[in-house]
Amino acid sequence: MIEQKAENTKKNKTVLTKLILIVFGMFGFGFALVPLYDVFCDITGLNGKTNETAASYSASGVDTSRTVNVQFISRMSQGIPWKFEPIQREITVHPGEVKFVTFYAKNESDRAIVGQAVPSVSPGLAAAYFQKIECFCFTQQPLKSNEEVEMGLQFYVDPELPEDISTVTLSYTLYDVTGKVDS
Amino acid sequence: MTTENIATEQSDHDSHDEHHDHKMTGVKRWLYTTNHKDIGTLYLWFSFIMLLTGGALAMVIRAELFQPGLQIVEPDFFNQLTTVHGLIMVFGAIMPAFTGFANWMLPMMIGAPDMALPRMNNWSFWILPFAFGILLSSFFMESGAPNFGWTFYAPLSTTFSNGSTAFFVFAVHIMGISSIMGAINIVVTIMNLRAPGMTYMKMPLFVWTFFITAYLLIAVMPVLAGVVTMVLTDTYFGTSFFDAAGGGDPVMFQHIFWFFGHPEVYIMILPAFGIVSTIIPAFSRKKLFGYASMVYATSSIALLSFIVWAHHMFTTGMPLFGELFFMYCTMLIAVPTGVKVFNWVATMWRGSLTFETPMLFSIAFVILFTIGGFSGLMLAMTPVDFQYHDTYFVVAHFHYVLVTGSLFSIYAGAYYWLPKWTGHMYSDALSKWHFWCSLISVNLLFFPMHFLGLAGMPRRIPDYALQFADFNKWVSIGGFAFGLSQLIFLVVVIKCIRGGEKAAAKPWDGAEGLEWEVASPAPYHTFSTPPKID
Repeated sequence: MIEQKAENTKKNKTVLTKLILIVFGMFGFGFALVPLYDVFCDITGLNGKTNETAASYSASGVDTSRTVNVQFISRMSQGIPWKFEPIQREITVHPGEVKFVTFYAKNESDRAIVGQAVPSVSPGLAAAYFQKIECFCFTQQPLKSNEEVEMGLQFYVDPELPEDISTVTLSYTLYDVTGKVDS
Repeated sequence: MTTENIATEQSDHDSHDEHHDHKMTGVKRWLYTTNHKDIGTLYLWFSFIMLLTGGALAMVIRAELFQPGLQIVEPDFFNQLTTVHGLIMVFGAIMPAFTGFANWMLPMMIGAPDMALPRMNNWSFWILPFAFGILLSSFFMESGAPNFGWTFYAPLSTTFSNGSTAFFVFAVHIMGISSIMGAINIVVTIMNLRAPGMTYMKMPLFVWTFFITAYLLIAVMPVLAGVVTMVLTDTYFGTSFFDAAGGGDPVMFQHIFWFFGHPEVYIMILPAFGIVSTIIPAFSRKKLFGYASMVYATSSIALLSFIVWAHHMFTTGMPLFGELFFMYCTMLIAVPTGVKVFNWVATMWRGSLTFETPMLFSIAFVILFTIGGFSGLMLAMTPVDFQYHDTYFVVAHFHYVLVTGSLFSIYAGAYYWLPKWTGHMYSDALSKWHFWCSLISVNLLFFPMHFLGLAGMPRRIPDYALQFADFNKWVSIGGFAFGLSQLIFLVVVIKCIRGGEKAAAKPWDGAEGLEWEVASPAPYHTFSTPPKID
């Protein structure tokens, strides 16, 4: 009886240890999903996420045989007292052609605010083909009270863009990141 | 096992008890207990109290929705009601009830003296009241209770939190730890404490379903713990897991949440399959049809549950391939589920059926759960899901699988084993009143919700357009009737504990399993020496 009990305790401990390891493993897996999700979206171009650092021009040339409409949208996140809008709402480009557009921003409050614009491309599958060479969204925008600024965006649309996509919409959402560390 | 050696074993127990078993008295007995039957009882009572608590919240919801316009509660408080109702029913009523069944029945069914880790068992129960204490106390805080839905989507629970997120997160952490400990205990018990000769494929199906459910819990509860931790740090410590301003993504919240959430719904239904698979053969007086296929079906449902999570998010803008993948995988689950339903029907086929209350609840389970399953299939179809998404159709679907599915199976199980637990037979007439009142009112409550949803009534709203008024009135009447009917169950149980006709060791002539070989009520210690299985 006693031997049996000791043996059982040992067996229980072995299984218990393994199960606790699984629990910690799965807790870690939950957090591992965060980078995995980014990598997955990056590879598949899902979710409309565009490149977060400057791309260098690498298209094979300008495809003058087709045109793509590029639309610009801006929106403010809740509670940020800025005016923020594209100066050109829509332009037509040939794939491979480098274009420069500007956005206007003004801090309409009486205090200094740091803004961060976050881009998103629709349709999501076009995001991987929308290449930003230079963008105000790569950095944060500190604006003093009533300061206004024109911000530039230089981009091209990769000629590999699927044939069935003729309109690409780039949407910027502006967030108030005052007091948050620049990541 | 013959009757004589049970008799000697019983008397062994009695003398054994006199020497070693000092049952404490009063509240200490329950606080310090490591006995699986005591802990099972605690779990079952706790879950019933939570059922009534969550039910009371639902009554307020239905009272508000009785007619259009705002009558009783403010919209923000309404959101708190739906949120806490969901959390309490999922984590407080259904899951602890199943853990209660596992504690009471598993050791007896596999011929073990107790759960493998009795002290952990005590702890896993006693942290639960604190979790729900924290959650419910938030109603009395300045911020109010969580109001972002039991699914706590970011940014509702982060950026737009009413300040209750910390209470919510810590409550969920404690519930999660409790579930994980309970699940570990179940796995260790089943792996190590089966009586000699009880191979895996000889285990009752009840044991199998709890075994598989426990593995699901161990795999996904830590993911839930992870996602609530991210919500916590996003809200209070400036991280940006789900905040686009800092490079995060709110849609990612839904992916991680539903990676936990979908296996979670099977955690709440697989044990129900086990209970029903025990009861239907007993009252059909036949062996369970297709035992092995039941085991494989349960396992495949569990495995598939990990690759279907995004069917909750068809409208978030997934690419076509993703939508098709999750649609077909979801539909695939209908195959093993169908195997189960057909096996239950085949078990009843040409059996000599009698309709005692546990059997009535089980048959109602088979029919009504199947209705819930079919509306699930409709929701699985991506194109039509765009219409059904976030409407009352979804509410109807998951209440059919959770109320007439899980909850009915819990009632079936309770009526089946009550004589074993209390040593008395319960009032047959009253229990049948409970069944018929519940059956009629639950359908009045949830069936019209299908039509409301198809007509476009959104879920989680305190007010609605006038054309939904008639159906909502019926639904509310059904809701009040269903709520009141559950009080009959309380009366049945209390009367049964107090006294009644003495129950035989095996009160159901068709019942099978080791639990019927010990006396009723089950002695405090059973199977101190393992039984022999042929």
